[in-house]
Amino acid sequence: MTSAHTLVGTALATAVLLAMAVAVTPYGPFAAGATPPAAAVTIEEFAFVPGDLTIAPGTTVAWVNKDEAPHTIITDDKTVRSGALDTGDAFSHQFTTPGTYSYHCSLHPQMTGHIIVQ
Amino acid sequence: MSEPLANRRSVLRCMAWAGTGVLWTVAGGVPRSFAFSDRAGQIAAKDSGLTFVQISDSHIGFSKEANPDVAATLSLAIERINALDPQPAFILHTGDVTHLSKPSEFSTAADILKTLRAPVHVIPGEHDVIGDDDGSEFSARFPAAGRRGNGWYSFDAGGVHFTGLVNVLDFKAGGLGHLGDAQLEWLEDDLRGLSASTPIVVFAHMPLWNVYEPWGWGTDDSAQALAYLQRFGSVTVLNGHIHQVQQQVEGNTRFFTAMSTAYPQPAPGAAPTPGPLTVQPSRLREVIGLRDVQIEGRTGRLAVTDEPLARPA
Ligand SMILES: [Cu+2]
Repeated sequence: MTSAHTLVGTALATAVLLAMAVAVTPYGPFAAGATPPAAAVTIEEFAFVPGDLTIAPGTTVAWVNKDEAPHTIITDDKTVRSGALDTGDAFSHQFTTPGTYSYHCSLHPQMTGHIIVQ
Repeated sequence: MSEPLANRRSVLRCMAWAGTGVLWTVAGGVPRSFAFSDRAGQIAAKDSGLTFVQISDSHIGFSKEANPDVAATLSLAIERINALDPQPAFILHTGDVTHLSKPSEFSTAADILKTLRAPVHVIPGEHDVIGDDDGSEFSARFPAAGRRGNGWYSFDAGGVHFTGLVNVLDFKAGGLGHLGDAQLEWLEDDLRGLSASTPIVVFAHMPLWNVYEPWGWGTDDSAQALAYLQRFGSVTVLNGHIHQVQQQVEGNTRFFTAMSTAYPQPAPGAAPTPGPLTVQPSRLREVIGLRDVQIEGRTGRLAVTDEPLARPA
């Protein structure tokens, strides 16, 4: 997770953490004050970085779009989907169930990635 | 048997910056395209039974460096079209009307398109159907007589059969544009009653031939559609999506992609990504071009194409 975060610029990282706080705090299984596990994927140069991300169950993954072009996140089974992410926009999802989640961008389906929850 | 396909196939490629539109003339079933600045094209248009205009990729809502005012450039394109005499029978907008499928973007686009004097036929791009899995929201915004399935439809004008296809829904991971079985079945039916001498114009957002697979510039099941079109003597396929003019001829089928009214994209593989290409603001609207004269060895018919290209500032 640390290495993933280092890929994100400071301002963006702050935005990511803020986005995650909003997404996780009201619903997360963690007591107030506990730090929920988090990971980040950046979208840059029409690619998800890292393309494959392995996380523990309960981890919230935040995607941040650093491209000029908009992108989206949609799992291949369509159960997890973001709206359009314009430059700087973030989308977060908490993965609770172990498994491999394959996803792509609905605007550029050549962009693919996997979240491995184990 | 005439020459082998490989010899007859000619691939004409030219890159064009964002421009205003391409004027199409159908003369004797052979569509010819002209840049608006080409006087010969204007004259030919007057002599022809039917003209129409294709515009594409207006991306209303985009506001980045490559074009901070895409509404203005779409309006400029429409000014040029409205000034045409005679007026085109209609305009085809081959998708990506909006940038992010936002209601506000759709209403701005609709307001601008309403200023066209001639009617407009619109088919969606992938930017128009974000979160709209079956294209129904798009079809409701741009109603067209006879829309079927997820929004595909056809109509006849000037002796030409026009078929609008939707290839921006249900993308598969790692894939290209996609037509789907239901649409292919409809297409087969749609073409069944037509004589082989009927000129066919197919319009869709993403290219129906493989322009550049690494960037997803193609349609995974287009071969089946093209098989249904094979028996026709004149087939013209008009696409947008790649924000530049690319042409290809295979047998009786001619493929053309159009410029955007918003901003250019790099030539296939010419940049690390297909993202917007920023040119000097003063050059964005330049019409820059070369002329291709295309002669079909088998029939002797020819089509002249003047395409915009960059001019030095
Ligand atoms: Cu994308």
